[in-house]
Amino acid sequence: MASQNLQPVPEALSPEEQERAAQLEAEGQAYFDRVMADDSRIEPKDWMPAAYRKTLLRQISQHAHSEIIGMQPEANWISRAPSLKRKAILMAKVQDEAGHGLYLYSAAETLGQSRDKMTDDLIAGKARYSSIFNYPALTWADMGAIGWLVDGAAICNQVPLCRASYGPYGRAMVRICKEESFHQRQGFEILLELSNGTPAQKQMAQDAVNRWYAPALMMFGPPDDDSPNSKQSMAWNIKRFSNDELRSRFVGMMVEQVRVLGLTLPDSEVRFNDETRKWEHGPLDWEEFKEVLAGRGPCNAQRLERRREAHDDGAWVREAAAAYAAKQARKHAEKEYAA
Amino acid sequence: MIPNDTPTSQVPSRPLDSQARPGNPAAVGPRPGTPVVGAPQESTTSVWPLWEVFVRSSRGLSHVHAGSLHAPDAAMALRNARDLYTRRNEGVSIWVVPADAIAASDPDAKGSFFESPQGKDYRHATYYTKSEGVKHL
Ligand SMILES: [Fe+2]
Ligand SMILES: [Fe+2]
Ligand SMILES: [Fe+2]
Repeated sequence: MASQNLQPVPEALSPEEQERAAQLEAEGQAYFDRVMADDSRIEPKDWMPAAYRKTLLRQISQHAHSEIIGMQPEANWISRAPSLKRKAILMAKVQDEAGHGLYLYSAAETLGQSRDKMTDDLIAGKARYSSIFNYPALTWADMGAIGWLVDGAAICNQVPLCRASYGPYGRAMVRICKEESFHQRQGFEILLELSNGTPAQKQMAQDAVNRWYAPALMMFGPPDDDSPNSKQSMAWNIKRFSNDELRSRFVGMMVEQVRVLGLTLPDSEVRFNDETRKWEHGPLDWEEFKEVLAGRGPCNAQRLERRREAHDDGAWVREAAAAYAAKQARKHAEKEYAA
Repeated sequence: MIPNDTPTSQVPSRPLDSQARPGNPAAVGPRPGTPVVGAPQESTTSVWPLWEVFVRSSRGLSHVHAGSLHAPDAAMALRNARDLYTRRNEGVSIWVVPADAIAASDPDAKGSFFESPQGKDYRHATYYTKSEGVKHL
């Protein structure tokens, strides 16, 4: 029972209590280390190092925010989808992203953060989310490029996360990955149809791929030598492969698929390195990445403003639902009392 | 902006995975179905209670924990659960249970609570090897 008092050790503890707390912490650490060594899973009630909890909370909540903000570029095109079928598909995809956000918020909550706090941090501009969603979706072809490249990169990133050492995160990722493959396929199909359409449609598809390619590659995060936290995350079995490793794999897959699309990747330096047995790509603009992440991308302000609006516009619904629930509970209680 | 000034007595329940142990008031939230009501201003900051969702994937199988969600009452929790956990025909029946109605075994007891089956191999059929090769046994 005492482990909940472990961190941080309150000053008011007597020397004996402090000793006991230190002993429990050492036992907790030993258990945690064993779980890591066995590549087993940590569950929410287990003891875990404060830094592990903090890292996970940051990563999972940022991931959740990304899913939620990520609804916007596509939701903005629902009313302009070219057919009823495409509209229905796009709505289903955007609804899935909302679901992904909710699965992940639940996982983050198991670490002791309230849902409302996370929402507040996001709309206050205090939380981060994936830089990719701060780029504008300019044409219908962007729905294709986003599904194919952005969801594609997300899948590459997320499949190994299904084995993350933190149980609730891994389970959320399993659910998410099952749903993501439809996202990538519908995007691919949009591009394929445009590519086989009129010259103007084909050009539209190529233009979208040109704009989303580099931002999608940057979704894997900074290069390994500039990613200070990666090492620790890998030691904790949260991350299974390095940023560059995943990026290289992704490039290899895209090289194959872009041929089927009859389009090209906007990167003349893509090649397979026979020595390293890895795919290589041209330089990426990491200054731009940092700028976008710091809130100075093309759509950061718009995205946050929209999220804030949605939250405010939904306030009356939340209030009404709570009031209705309270009324029903009261009625129920009265009936019980009368009976 | 809604400042997060939630007093500890209103700290929300955590999802099932982190079920509060008995006697840990910090992890117990408001009872589902009885949301905190008061001044209108307050109701926007109050946290909807947490529900655990169990889904029966097809007839003949038991309900399995699918995840959790927040909702003001059971009816809304069921509707949200349907939208969140059965968008692709994953279920034919859903249970929602107030998260704080679930009692969980003490995580610190790890070994000891589950100790009794240990060393009792004779509870498994594989313990009995002499019958090997005998048909239908
Ligand atoms: Fe997603
Ligand atoms: Fe995602
Ligand atoms: Fe997706």
